[in-house]
Amino acid sequence: MMNNEFKLPPKPKSNRKRVRNLIIALILVVIYYWAFSGVLSRIDWSFVNKLSDNLTRIVPRLANPDWAEIGKVTELIFETVFIAYAGTLIAAVLAVPFGFWAAGNMVKSPIWNTFGKWFLILDRTFPELILAIFFVISVGPGAFAGVLTIGLTSFGMLGKLYAEVIESIDMDVVEAMEANGANKVQILFYAIFPQVLPEFLSFALYRFEVDIRASTVLGLVGAGGIGTLIVLTAANRDWEQLGLIIISIIVVVMIIDYISTKIRKRLV
Amino acid sequence: MMPQLQENKTDKVMTKNSVYSVYPKKVKFQITIIFAIVFSIYFYSLRETEADFLEFFSELNLIFEKLLRMFPPEWSYIQAAIDPLIETIQIAVVATTFSVLICIPMSLLSANTIVKNKYLYQTFRNIMNILRTMPDILLATIFVSFFGIGIVPGILALTIFSLGLLAKLLSETIETIDPRQMEAIRSTGGNIIQVIWYGVVPQVLPNFISYGLYVFELNVRASLVLGFVGAGGIGSIIDTQLNFMQYQKVMAVLILLLVAVIVIETISNALRRRVV
Repeated sequence: MMNNEFKLPPKPKSNRKRVRNLIIALILVVIYYWAFSGVLSRIDWSFVNKLSDNLTRIVPRLANPDWAEIGKVTELIFETVFIAYAGTLIAAVLAVPFGFWAAGNMVKSPIWNTFGKWFLILDRTFPELILAIFFVISVGPGAFAGVLTIGLTSFGMLGKLYAEVIESIDMDVVEAMEANGANKVQILFYAIFPQVLPEFLSFALYRFEVDIRASTVLGLVGAGGIGTLIVLTAANRDWEQLGLIIISIIVVVMIIDYISTKIRKRLV
Repeated sequence: MMPQLQENKTDKVMTKNSVYSVYPKKVKFQITIIFAIVFSIYFYSLRETEADFLEFFSELNLIFEKLLRMFPPEWSYIQAAIDPLIETIQIAVVATTFSVLICIPMSLLSANTIVKNKYLYQTFRNIMNILRTMPDILLATIFVSFFGIGIVPGILALTIFSLGLLAKLLSETIETIDPRQMEAIRSTGGNIIQVIWYGVVPQVLPNFISYGLYVFELNVRASLVLGFVGAGGIGSIIDTQLNFMQYQKVMAVLILLLVAVIVIETISNALRRRVV
């Protein structure tokens, strides 16, 4: 008796929601069955026998980095960082006009504004490696192709983030300056930029962190950076040098992340 | 009337002669120095990367000519690319599932609202930070050397790569939730599992699903990289055709891949809008 009195009333259940959840669950089960059965049929299980052998052979050599190659490795890592830096800066500057184009409160015509948004979406859909292949074929292999790739891929993302920042500014300031008879350039410099610049810089720095990781991949297709060396080293089974590369990448990325996080905290 | 007009005139003269700025001098000085540093590094890195924009724009027609070697795409080659594409998507699904499952305990352990022991969550946080510094290509290369060529190293590389990202996003979300709901359950005598299930999960579930979809999209893109180092997926056939300079075949594969990426992102955006 006591128990019944304190029981909670049953939760209201709607049939539509239950059917919807059931359909979602069913689709998920089908996708998972398809993916896992596909993967299982593709796996070549012979690696199991070789695994322990490989581990005992490779891991000690990875843990014993070859410091004699430090000059070559640091040079390439710096090239990677410079690719990311130049690419991100191009994107950060180029994204400003496009950010204004895609911001709803800056463009009067909604159709024109939607075009700006679509343009940035189109740019974001291209995976980095696809663009890198285009650029390597057109401007030839080398770090310049990497710079163009990083610049073009980051620009779509930064443009979208910038547009969101611009949309969130206080328009009263703009209106006040318009009422005082300020022209467009004055409004841009005294009403809009002070509100958005710290966040623009913060996003650009964040994108720089992402781009350092991205530009390590570019070497795969010949667009410069440390990626080429990683693949070559592994192909030559030079595990001592690969160990050195791993350590240097971790150290460099951590230092840059640390500095950039510190600056970003001060900016915003 | 007269005096007012005169006043207006003098006003205009005043503003024209004495230009003064809203920014204080110190801020202006700082900004100038920062911009000088930023651009000097920029020009240095342009020199290091041998980037020559003047040459780029003056030889634009030559560049387009080279790019035209990729056209028209050889559509018949798409048939050979379908199976690697399916493999790519399957790798991404499996890797995302693994990383989503592993990231739940990892992110709970590296959130300071759940784990009160400072050393414990700092340790897990540092592990996550080190994991995130590794680029996907490096992970794939290491795993290929351990497991040999095949899709197993690809799945492992993507799992670990997305695990670092997911655990960071999720643990940051867990740290910003409303702690009173957890406290309420704790004060009625709930154990740690009940606190997590009724106090944390309902608050983070929408974000969690959204992050999972985001990581899946990233994984589809990243699995393009895997094939280049022998870890399965569509990258391997692109690599081969690039080496044979079969640019028209490469173009066909790239278009197929782009369509697949767009379809997957459209679906996942539609799902995300429902959830969040």
